[in-house]
Amino acid sequence: MSDAAPQFDGRGGRWVGASVPRREDPRLLTGRGRFVDDIQLPGTLHASFVRSTVAHARITGIDLSATLAVDGVVAAYTAADLDLGDIVALLDRPPEEFAPTAMPILAREKVRFVGEPVALVVARDPYLAEDGAELAVVDYEPLPAIVSEETALAENAPLVHEEAPGNVLLDVSMFDTPGVDEAFADASGCVVEVVTRSGRQNALPLETRGVIASWDDHDDQLLVQMCTQVPHQVRTALARSLRVPERTVRVTVPDMGGGFGQKCVVGREEIAVAAAARRLNRPVKWIEDRREALTAGFLAREQRYRTRAAFDADGRITALDVDIVCDMGAYSCYPFTAGIEPLMASAEMPSVYQVPAYRVRARAITSNKAPTAPYRGVSRPQYVMAIERVMERAARELGVDPLDIRRRNLITRFPYTGVNGITYDPGTYRESLDLAEATLRDEGWYELRDSAAAEGRHIGIGFCCFSERTGYGSEAFAKRKMTVVPGFDISEIRMDTTGSVVVTSGTVNHGQSHETTLAQIVADRLGLHVDQVKLRQGDTERIAYGWGTFASRSVTIGGSAVALAATRLGELLCRIAAHLLDTSPDNVRLDGDGGVVQIDDPGRRASFEEIADVAYLRSHLLPKDVEPTLTATASFDVPGDGTFSNATHAVVVEADPGTGGVTILRYACVEDCGVVIHPKVVDGQCRGGIAQGIAGALFEEVTYADNGEPSAASFIDYLVPTATEIPDITVSHLETPCAFTENGAKGAGEGGTIGAPAAVLNAINDALRHTGVELDTTPVHPQTVLAALDAAADREMSVPS
Amino acid sequence: MNDRHLIVLNVNGEDHEALVEPRKTLLDVLRHDLGLTGAHAGCEHGVCGACTVLVDGEPVRACLVFAVQAEAADIRTVESLGRDGELSDLQEAFREHHGLQCGFCTPGFLMLAEGFLAQQPDAGREEIREALSANLCRCTGYQTIVDAVAATAARRLDTERETAP
Repeated sequence: MSDAAPQFDGRGGRWVGASVPRREDPRLLTGRGRFVDDIQLPGTLHASFVRSTVAHARITGIDLSATLAVDGVVAAYTAADLDLGDIVALLDRPPEEFAPTAMPILAREKVRFVGEPVALVVARDPYLAEDGAELAVVDYEPLPAIVSEETALAENAPLVHEEAPGNVLLDVSMFDTPGVDEAFADASGCVVEVVTRSGRQNALPLETRGVIASWDDHDDQLLVQMCTQVPHQVRTALARSLRVPERTVRVTVPDMGGGFGQKCVVGREEIAVAAAARRLNRPVKWIEDRREALTAGFLAREQRYRTRAAFDADGRITALDVDIVCDMGAYSCYPFTAGIEPLMASAEMPSVYQVPAYRVRARAITSNKAPTAPYRGVSRPQYVMAIERVMERAARELGVDPLDIRRRNLITRFPYTGVNGITYDPGTYRESLDLAEATLRDEGWYELRDSAAAEGRHIGIGFCCFSERTGYGSEAFAKRKMTVVPGFDISEIRMDTTGSVVVTSGTVNHGQSHETTLAQIVADRLGLHVDQVKLRQGDTERIAYGWGTFASRSVTIGGSAVALAATRLGELLCRIAAHLLDTSPDNVRLDGDGGVVQIDDPGRRASFEEIADVAYLRSHLLPKDVEPTLTATASFDVPGDGTFSNATHAVVVEADPGTGGVTILRYACVEDCGVVIHPKVVDGQCRGGIAQGIAGALFEEVTYADNGEPSAASFIDYLVPTATEIPDITVSHLETPCAFTENGAKGAGEGGTIGAPAAVLNAINDALRHTGVELDTTPVHPQTVLAALDAAADREMSVPS
Repeated sequence: MNDRHLIVLNVNGEDHEALVEPRKTLLDVLRHDLGLTGAHAGCEHGVCGACTVLVDGEPVRACLVFAVQAEAADIRTVESLGRDGELSDLQEAFREHHGLQCGFCTPGFLMLAEGFLAQQPDAGREEIREALSANLCRCTGYQTIVDAVAATAARRLDTERETAP
């Protein structure tokens, strides 16, 4: 502990606010972490999937005889063999808004994307399972593939799902407030229209999905050890698909190599593998390979926004009119549904700006591409990019500094209820922008940019202001009208006879350092050393229900539940201590050092160890009305609209007109996530998120050929940025404690990813400002820059002087 | 193809026997036959580097080597770092600088850095960054990994200077 001596933080804690060494590190650094594929059970069989090679087709025959003839192949199943219930994710919305569709566990009758699982092969080892899968013969009667918004929405387009007319899964017009048309008619400043697009991206956890399922006769349970952010949701879906009581399914999560949202939905492969394990009464393991992860894993982000905005002569926005199309791919994910992206975007599009009138239509369309899931930020990188491009465009039209136009429009008084009906809790929208700008000015980037222009170099500065709703409680999720509503979390805390505690949480750590940060919260509440707090999570048997880790909810909601449970345990300890000290409960308090002290006589105290010893080993000494169990449980839910972290990102880029390449010269992030529990962890979340945002801005994209074949099946085609593409990033913190959470924290997991694409895109456009180029689509590949420069040059040539 | 060969691999200074098909990768044998699960499979096509181990001192992608090719080589995995339950200087630096989040890529980065620093102990920060670009991390944004390796390099050079005659 010497190198990170815990500090009192002025709020009564001593662990919260300190970058204590991570408790998860020793095992992960020594190779003793336990990831799914590290688990070896005796007699394990290995699964491999036969996957569709075509994007859209009727299945006319499946021949698994050659597969079954492979020495070592134990079984092979089609959809008909397994006969499992489909995965169905529903919204409680009328048919004109929402088309319910189902995702079969294995494809039946039809395949809808390249990579869709058609059959499952189980063999003695994974090599043999792959041998077997390769020999399966599937006959297809090809159907035309839907691969773009245009083909999906064309009149008489072939249907991906019969249940979704026009290939539309969701079509909602959530807001059409009075005054939109009038504002556009009366716009005294300008009217701008910007069409922004973002490419289809893979969340790309470095550990692919995986599962090992085994039947345990002793517990009368199917034990499903898997890589998921949401074990309880998986248990629910699995029990329903297998048509068994939930008590017969236990889902546990070992160490997990990232998720980023891709693992917060229920996948079909894991259910198929669990079903096979049950049938064979043997452990069955499936570890997704990278090719599968890239082509058949859940993708995200492919969205198009047509944003019209009216501004008055002072540069104030007077109305926003938006049309959004999200290509959700072949299936709707459980439990969020294909509405996850369009509903998020519709509700939150006005972002950090005061928008008086607002109209929005948002559609989720289905296509013959891999299905989508939430991915870090969910739609916010996209709508933030749309509105930030609008700000830049309007600034240019009005001849106003792009930061000034933001300042004129930013929400500055809190709480603020927007035209979207959302109430934003206090944040530092203006302050973060001021600090980000000052940082770049003080460092001389503006001078460099301007002097470089004189030398013909293309250096540009870009900003992005945004907030991110975190701490989505059930009330906020319920507004989406999902029939499965996440939101609360439960925590249980238990003290043992030695006075140390085990905390159980519904969260699932996959890089966010819960074992450390949640322990810090508990240590402060009880006055324990952080080493005396052990967190257990990711096990459906340990807690009645939990919503897992996504939407930056673990510290806000999970951390609040943990804090509440610790407080309750503290109260119980005080009651017992008062009895032992022969004083009244009002006359004792936790002493911050592992014990309870008598207020009027501080020399008299009972340590937790003494209290625990009495509670369990000499329970006859307990007060008559106290049961011999040192446990406390609490659930927590964030009321209302949740809470809003905010940030400004500022980036300096150089575009090379010769190669089209874009280099990031400087990246500064100023963020406010409320009370910072662990500064290094928050910085790490910001930087990691920004790296993924830069990836979306400049590198990563899954495109599809007209026949529906995906372009990216390996890391040769899917360009994940490395240490040489991601710059060093400074992170500055402003702190607006949150009133809605127990610990004052807001979420910090997604902001980096949200802010980076718009900031980078704006910087590129600033770098190219003298060339007539304006780019509104990500990723910005080198060839995009070159083509835009060529097109701009052609325009220049064709304009008569 | 399915014929098995009895091989002997020297891993972390110990000889291990394994009966393997010639097509079985070194990574799979280390992980599944020898139970050394520190090296991870991230892509199995030699790009992500999560499976990096040292073969005769060189950082090598264990997913691109067949186990039968590695006989007679000196193989070191992440399990060899640190002694008596203590973290090595490099591992400590990763911890100190928050150079890991989910930890899945970490063993690969540790072995990459260990091999690289042995070859270029006086590498500067940008050279270190360049070398680390061989492996992928999805969590950290790399900066803290570069910090950890650069700090280790600096500390080792200091120690060397102090102990030099």
